[in-house]
Amino acid sequence: MSRIEACFATLKEQQRKALIPYITAGDPSKTVTVPVMHAMVEAGADVIELGVPFSDPMADGPVIQKACERALAAGTGLRDVLAMVTEFRRDNDTTPVVLMGYLNPVEIMGYERFADACVDAGVDGVLMVDLPPEECDDVAPLFKSRGVDLIFLIAPTTTDARISRIAAAASGYLYYVSLKGVTGSASLNVEEVARRVETIRNLAQLPIGVGFGIKDAQSARAVSQVSDGVVVGSALVNQSAENVDTPDRIAPAVAAILADMRAAMDKQ
Amino acid sequence: MTQSSESSGPDYKAFPDQNGHFGRFGGRFVSETLMAALDELDVMYRRLKDDPQFQADFDYDLAHYVGRPSPLYLAERWTKQLGGARIWLKREDLNHTGAHKVNNTIGQALLAKHMGKKRVIAETGAGQHGVASATVAARLGLECHVFMGEEDIRRQRLNVYRMKLLGANVVPVTSGSRTLKDAMNEAMRDWVTNVDDTFYIIGTVAGPHPYPMLVRDFQSVIGREAREQSLKQAGKLPDALVACVGGGSNAIGLFHPFLEDRDVAMYGVEAAGDGIDTGRHAAPLSAGRPGVLHGNRTYLMEDDNGQIIETHSVSAGLDYPGVGPEHSWLKDIGRVNYVSADDNEALAAFRELTCVEGIMPALESAHALAYARKLAPQMDADQDIIINLSGRGDKDILTVAEIDGIHF
Repeated sequence: MSRIEACFATLKEQQRKALIPYITAGDPSKTVTVPVMHAMVEAGADVIELGVPFSDPMADGPVIQKACERALAAGTGLRDVLAMVTEFRRDNDTTPVVLMGYLNPVEIMGYERFADACVDAGVDGVLMVDLPPEECDDVAPLFKSRGVDLIFLIAPTTTDARISRIAAAASGYLYYVSLKGVTGSASLNVEEVARRVETIRNLAQLPIGVGFGIKDAQSARAVSQVSDGVVVGSALVNQSAENVDTPDRIAPAVAAILADMRAAMDKQ
Repeated sequence: MTQSSESSGPDYKAFPDQNGHFGRFGGRFVSETLMAALDELDVMYRRLKDDPQFQADFDYDLAHYVGRPSPLYLAERWTKQLGGARIWLKREDLNHTGAHKVNNTIGQALLAKHMGKKRVIAETGAGQHGVASATVAARLGLECHVFMGEEDIRRQRLNVYRMKLLGANVVPVTSGSRTLKDAMNEAMRDWVTNVDDTFYIIGTVAGPHPYPMLVRDFQSVIGREAREQSLKQAGKLPDALVACVGGGSNAIGLFHPFLEDRDVAMYGVEAAGDGIDTGRHAAPLSAGRPGVLHGNRTYLMEDDNGQIIETHSVSAGLDYPGVGPEHSWLKDIGRVNYVSADDNEALAAFRELTCVEGIMPALESAHALAYARKLAPQMDADQDIIINLSGRGDKDILTVAEIDGIHF
């Protein structure tokens, strides 16, 4: 059983929902990331989405764009991100790590080399924002055969036929994008999310995480009640932006937000 | 010639395939939110392109609003001066709004109208596509937002003001290199957010399928006219075609109707900026490698980590790190020769055509002229070159003046 599968199975048994934080690797420096990952796990994170910085993050709002710029200025490339996961795995062999980013850095490394590197580093899943299932027939087997989950987005605009197609290509979990827009956009409509998650459930077997627009403990709790997990990104990345000159404060600040969310999600 | 006459080339009209692929290039690499909108556009376009009424509306606008057909002009004095092949200029500079860009915005605005979209967005580099979009939006009463890099806004102040006069909202883009690629990122972000009521008018033959196909189809009027005009005026097909390539819409528009004419050589001229060797250029086909950006797989300018690198060209319209996927494919199969001209060569050609023929070309088009200037003397006097004069140079006067040390 993969780490992601095991993670969701355990959560289901405990009747808890997954808390899935996102941070951009190497923001604002390469040394910050691994300690922040450990702090997130201690604060209650179940799965970590680690952003691979890209020069042209088209699906992201200003918060994550700037995080990418800071990470790139610090010299963070895909190889560095893989090295961070290797380092994280020295002290943590259970928390799933998903690399999230855009296709081009992978394209340059080569898909097979990247898939091998994921296995070596202990990466459990890969979410490439600009790789729809239509374009991944050639590359999907490289990941599947190595036990690396391919995670896909489902949007408010996704038709039922596409949901089925995405679910067939995906493994690990599905990531429902709760609103039309870029990351860090305005607040979400929980009732609408609940309806969409229900639709997806009827068409797919995988656990469903919901992200985009989750900012605080209240929204995390509300969304967790209608899904299998919540993804939180910009609210955490903001802590890096605010502590560029005081990087020691990033881990505690991120952990505090997650601990609040965890408590709100677990409250009966 | 790049291909032997006995081997039969590919069926160019069969590309892209159903999924938007030109060989290994093209495709649709976007986030999930946009997939439904692209499917909707694809279905609508495939239906309308064979609809006689849609074609008639498009042709009518091209004739009566744009002023087509644009002339094929024999540049006699310049031909004599260069001493070689006869040089013909396809006068896209005489179109309404001053460049080839309007051929495409007319077509896409008609699509927007059919799809009931009330709001259009566009990205622009030199401002020509922004002006052409603002123009058709004004005519159809559509709300128009144009995304433009801060650096380009500085370089192209006149076009910015033109867009504002036309009622468009010009949105300055301050991320990344503040040029065309960043404007395209920002337009994509707007589209993801407002996908229900918004039509994205992409200005070049790049982006996710079906854009490279439909922009090519709308721009192919250039080549269809040029082919007919050449047969009539020169009595034969041309021996060579030359066009500048940024994203590549004017080039594909000229080339596409000639692809099956195996004896017509084709040259796509990229911007070499300070020189290909300096790394400060905008020539992905000459010095880049394949990757994925802005929704398609194509040649890109990127570093070893797959990050897109900043480009440089005196011409804002060529200052783009990617290129349309069909060009990448035509390069790989060897049908088109991709070459380059640097800033200085383009500026020299700009001045030369202005003085010798009384035609002031856009700095983008001046790259094509600069290459043709080297090509013509190597050819015979009974041979013909058609250069796509894709735009007029009025918008570039301030840029050239600054280089001359003149400030207004």
